[in-house]
Amino acid sequence: MATRRLIDARGSFCPGPLMELIAGMKMAQVGDEIEVLSSDRGSAHEIPEWILKVGHEHLGTREENGVWHVSVRKAK
Amino acid sequence: MRILIVGGGMGGTILANNLARRLAPELKSGRVSITMLSASERHFYQPGLLYLAFGRVTPDELYQDQASLLEPGIEFLVDPAEEFLLDRNQLRSRSGRTFDYDILAIATGSRPVPELTPGLAETAESFYTEETALKMFQRLRRFDGGRVVVVVGVPHKCPMAPLEILFLLHDYFDGRGILDKVKLHYTYPIGRVHSLENVAKWAAPEMERLGITYETLFNIREVDAQAGVVHSEEGTQAPFDLLVSIPAHRGMEVIENNGLGAGGFIPTHRQRLNMEGRDNVYVLGDTTTLPISKAGSTAHYQAETLGENIAAMVRLGAPVRDYDGKVFCFIEAGRDRATYAKFDYLHPPDPKPPTRSVHWFKTAYNKLYWASARGLL
Repeated sequence: MATRRLIDARGSFCPGPLMELIAGMKMAQVGDEIEVLSSDRGSAHEIPEWILKVGHEHLGTREENGVWHVSVRKAK
Repeated sequence: MRILIVGGGMGGTILANNLARRLAPELKSGRVSITMLSASERHFYQPGLLYLAFGRVTPDELYQDQASLLEPGIEFLVDPAEEFLLDRNQLRSRSGRTFDYDILAIATGSRPVPELTPGLAETAESFYTEETALKMFQRLRRFDGGRVVVVVGVPHKCPMAPLEILFLLHDYFDGRGILDKVKLHYTYPIGRVHSLENVAKWAAPEMERLGITYETLFNIREVDAQAGVVHSEEGTQAPFDLLVSIPAHRGMEVIENNGLGAGGFIPTHRQRLNMEGRDNVYVLGDTTTLPISKAGSTAHYQAETLGENIAAMVRLGAPVRDYDGKVFCFIEAGRDRATYAKFDYLHPPDPKPPTRSVHWFKTAYNKLYWASARGLL
């Protein structure tokens, strides 16, 4: 059964939000959704870029009080 | 108050010693007890493996008897945790003994899992265990030229290891006089050569200056040993004659088997360091899910925070400070030069150009570590 998981990567300079997401994706099942919280504005384009490059699904990005919420789904 | 610490690595050891010193009168009177459970009677200095892979240290230099590092009054048992009965404030060990606790600290660490990537464990050299570091040392001695590729799994312990192994490989081949026969190629999982932007800004031109090529957004999918090619999730390939791996890591199986956290990593409050949903269970070091580096210094600073807080809970009834996400990492840059990166949740690092003096300080720290584990440094 697909699950939804939150990765709170606010304040993560190392490994950083994208690396946290990559680690999360490796442990996720196909169909699982992950929402990444990032305080780095670069995540808004960096995460979708990687997601599309490897063939997963970008569900959306929104900014709220300086925190970017990037939602993705593991597609393969 | 019964304090039970699971794990005899850097985090568990510094926490135990910190508490034993802060609570010496309570320990003496019997009002407080500190018990440490570990899987080994020896304490292992893991950062030394980088040097072991190049024959710069020998294995015996990387170990000390764990009991010799602990303050008097700490009960130390080589009896690893088997079953966490958190609702009953109990833990069952491998020997079958049941431990009751008022406060539990979990510092079981992480382990490399190259076997999760097809072909990687059988093909790549690595240095995350004594056995693999010695094997890499022997392989490097036999290597007489070709294409050397560094690949990086996620998550991994020691965020500087990918750059350090790269620059030390360059030094090593230079020292053997075969640099002109070696082509070094570096890969990294995200869109720059290191997760820390300022470190990447320094490292990329350094690689270009040394003739090292690199490819970013490269996550290992599988290794074709026969063809000598590593394939990435992103659809690219890197041919190699010698593959050097920073393997992906997972937390310990006992954590996952007990349902404490996916992949063996326990959801942890970023400031208070308690396990999410548990007020008397704390987590430190590689075992947490915190989005910070899996590094000895992380465990060190968390242990100091927890030591102060648990002692305050004994004496004042409440913790006194938050963990601020502090991390400090040395970066070996080759040619006997090094720099460092220091950062926390709010402040990114600003590493300075590498110097010889920082390299020699790191070399000294490799010995001073034992004083650090004792909580004296």
